[in-house]
Amino acid sequence: MTLTDLTASELAEGIRRKKFSALEVAQDFLERIDRLDRKLGCFYKRRDPLAIAAEAATVDEKIARGENAGLLGGVPVGLKDLFVTEGLETTAGSKILEGWVPVYQGTAVTKLREAGAIVLGKLSMDEFAMGSSNESSAYGPVRNPWDLARVPGGSSGGSAAAVAAGLAAATLGTDTGGSIRQPAALTGTVGLKPTYGRVSRWGVVAFASSLDQVGPFGRTALDCALVLEAIAGHDPRDATSLKAAVPRYAEACKRPIDGLRIGVPREYFAKVDATVGKPVMDAIDEMVKLGAKKIDVELPHTGYAIAAYYIIATAEASSNLARYDGVRYGLRVPSENLQSMYARTRAAGFGAEVKRRIMLGTYALRSGYYDAYYLRAQKVRTLIRRDFEQAFKLCDVLAGPTSPTVAFKLGEKADDPLAMYLSDIFTIPCNLAGLPGISIPCGFHDRLPIGLQLLAPPLGEETLLRAASAYERATDWTRRRPEEPA
Amino acid sequence: MTWEPVIGLECHVQLATATKAFSTASAAFGAAPNTHDDPYTLALPGTLPVLSRAAIEFAIKLGLATGCAIRPLSRFARKHYFYPDLPKGFQISQYDEPLCEHGRVDFVLDGPDGKEVRSVRLTRIHVEEDAGKNVHVPGAPVSLVDYNRAGVPLCEVVSEPDVKSPAEAGAYLRAIRQLVRYLGISDGNMEEGSLRCDANVSVRRAGEPLGTRTELKNINSFKNVEEAIEFEIARQIELLERGERVVQETRLWNPDKKQSAPMRSKEHAHDYRYFPEPDLPPLRVDDAWREAIRASLPELPIAKRTRFIQALGLSPYDADVLTAEKKTADFFEEVIARGAPAKAAANWITGEVMMRSNRGDQGAIGAAELAEIIALIGDGTISGKIAKDVFDKAWKSGRRPREIVEAEGLTQVTDSAAIEAACRDAVEKNPKQAEQYRAGQAKMLGYFVGQVMKATQGKANPAMVNDVLRKLLDNK
Repeated sequence: MTLTDLTASELAEGIRRKKFSALEVAQDFLERIDRLDRKLGCFYKRRDPLAIAAEAATVDEKIARGENAGLLGGVPVGLKDLFVTEGLETTAGSKILEGWVPVYQGTAVTKLREAGAIVLGKLSMDEFAMGSSNESSAYGPVRNPWDLARVPGGSSGGSAAAVAAGLAAATLGTDTGGSIRQPAALTGTVGLKPTYGRVSRWGVVAFASSLDQVGPFGRTALDCALVLEAIAGHDPRDATSLKAAVPRYAEACKRPIDGLRIGVPREYFAKVDATVGKPVMDAIDEMVKLGAKKIDVELPHTGYAIAAYYIIATAEASSNLARYDGVRYGLRVPSENLQSMYARTRAAGFGAEVKRRIMLGTYALRSGYYDAYYLRAQKVRTLIRRDFEQAFKLCDVLAGPTSPTVAFKLGEKADDPLAMYLSDIFTIPCNLAGLPGISIPCGFHDRLPIGLQLLAPPLGEETLLRAASAYERATDWTRRRPEEPA
Repeated sequence: MTWEPVIGLECHVQLATATKAFSTASAAFGAAPNTHDDPYTLALPGTLPVLSRAAIEFAIKLGLATGCAIRPLSRFARKHYFYPDLPKGFQISQYDEPLCEHGRVDFVLDGPDGKEVRSVRLTRIHVEEDAGKNVHVPGAPVSLVDYNRAGVPLCEVVSEPDVKSPAEAGAYLRAIRQLVRYLGISDGNMEEGSLRCDANVSVRRAGEPLGTRTELKNINSFKNVEEAIEFEIARQIELLERGERVVQETRLWNPDKKQSAPMRSKEHAHDYRYFPEPDLPPLRVDDAWREAIRASLPELPIAKRTRFIQALGLSPYDADVLTAEKKTADFFEEVIARGAPAKAAANWITGEVMMRSNRGDQGAIGAAELAEIIALIGDGTISGKIAKDVFDKAWKSGRRPREIVEAEGLTQVTDSAAIEAACRDAVEKNPKQAEQYRAGQAKMLGYFVGQVMKATQGKANPAMVNDVLRKLLDNK
């Protein structure tokens, strides 16, 4: 057992109690990244080891003086490269932002650092968070620590794989249509997508503004609880951030699940292979043994979610990505006139998937098409939200598979965007409704992890963490580790 | 049958808030390039808009002052186009749910029968952010961009096509300028671009359906607006009378050549791809907020003008001059609040006071001082002629008029014995002129008045001098 095997909460506790120092922890993680990340490709950009060591030493000094080092004092973390980091290159996985060193820091990163976490570096991702396999990154793929021939999922693939491989104790990702939960499922980690507005989006490169949400990856639900507690809360810089007070999420992890009503939507099992469906159903039964109740529910508009999502998300993305024009920052391909500078810059700077989505979104917003596409998609969104409202009259959480399959092979779906889009069927409705969701490991198929997804009503993160923790305690899935790649 | 122009105006009013519409960068005009930028203004990745409450309050003021309905729930929308001065590639504006709707601007127009009050209906007023400024360096291979103005809040005021002539367009625009200055929400300066205007112009035969319209841009002075519309009306009539068609297009006014040229046609019009701004929740204006703003509104220019005419008996001309700027009207009201008769106060302000301030003369006069001068004339302490000297001294020194009169012995002589002695003296010393007067040259009375005034250093009461002189001269 080395320090990199410990969970974030164990590390914070050990550092606080001086069982080991933050500096030792940092050095172990740095050494492990040196050794393994060549094979995995999690980190796009690593921070200067001396700066990391200095920060860790500061945490140790605080503890030596008897001061509070913070909720995550000395815990090494990684950030999806979508987070704006002052003085540290931020690319969103895109060539168009290569070399961009921000002059400001995002709120979630600031809060994480204020809680004592030590940022190791920036993690690889699908370009502008558009993808489900991490293959659309402009800087090469990330490999799944459980099988290097397979994808880690996406778009927060680097964040998921880094936690799974023990290269960071916890990481931040973002989830627009499943980009935290799906890679968590595919890498055997815990990924929490909070309620829309729970965590500030200030300083998070935008993909689809009405869907984007920041959340943690950890080895356990408790680790996610600690990170969420650190980063959640109202931010005057984000007009969509919620004003609700931040609960002690870690406390919620201790509570039992007696009487918890688990809704099982039949639509979430319809097209799922038994190799995934059976372990997920077993997990639900395990929770029933712990005192929960199983209730059948319906989410009748689930089938329309992907269509609605790919209109809303691409429409917003086509708008959000208009700022990458070569004028103020990032890539510029010089040309003889303005129009051609725009065209060449964007042609060279964006990858195929990003271009596809910009075109889809631009089309959907065209004058005369707005009602037929965007407005209609918003109406579907309302229906999906109502589905959930109805279901949550009967139950406290919804349970089902996070992903219809285990991790697929690199390149397997790369040429079939539609197949890739369809793999998000169980994660997308949650974003459309703005709900919190969590994915936790619940078994293996062919030595590849399977994820159980739990969804709750808005601001129901405590319920999710409580249910996930109870299940974790009763099983040993979160203690499984992939073998070190040879 | 004659041609009838149909004109609608779109004005952009830059709001004089301290900060920008969606960030805390300064919105002040005239700073060194790119010193009022912040991460949001530059559209750095990851930045988000946060709506300025002051900008909305200013816009609601304008909405209420123009009789608009204020939407309890309005929405922001993104308007997309690529241009270097537009950092995000879209402008945050309002589209189908604007803050203010269905208003009216009243203004005074010189008609054939004197001044008349006209009104133009407003379709809407909405809030949006301004763009930056591209700077083209002559001879250089590059263009520069200054983002200081990017994100400064604007109100777009859209009129119905109620404007009937270039002169009316000018008067409407002046009324908007006057209104925003009264409300203190903008300086309405067209030269600095804090008030800008585009015009939609078409012509038709009276009673016929609307003709094809063109949009005129770059008409950023009151004179340009009138000239550009004049030119466009004539151009369209000429086309139609030759049997040709008016093309729907945007035209750019060239103020030097005094003509417009096509900028882009309808086929090349932008598709702005409007959709609701997802980073901003809908804007809610509750009754309490709206009514609190309504209660804070000043008396508006047209109402003030009417009151000055009807309740104070001023001429329409004086009322116009006094209400043109709120500062002037406030000064006038302060002077009459200190007891000065309205007419006298109006004369002094539209005369001496405005002449000197317009000339930029060193000095000033307070309302208390002016009221005191008027009172000194009224109670006979000084004559109107002496009053001008007193005013001049007060303007330059800031001293109280009464103090000037006393210190310099300018009090009018009203002692009838002294006046009679002076008059008798003048008549006796000038027998020839007295003869002429008595021979029927009535204007010689003025000669004697002058002699008496000279002898008394202008302090004799002119009315009494007149009376006594007549008595002396007529009785002999």
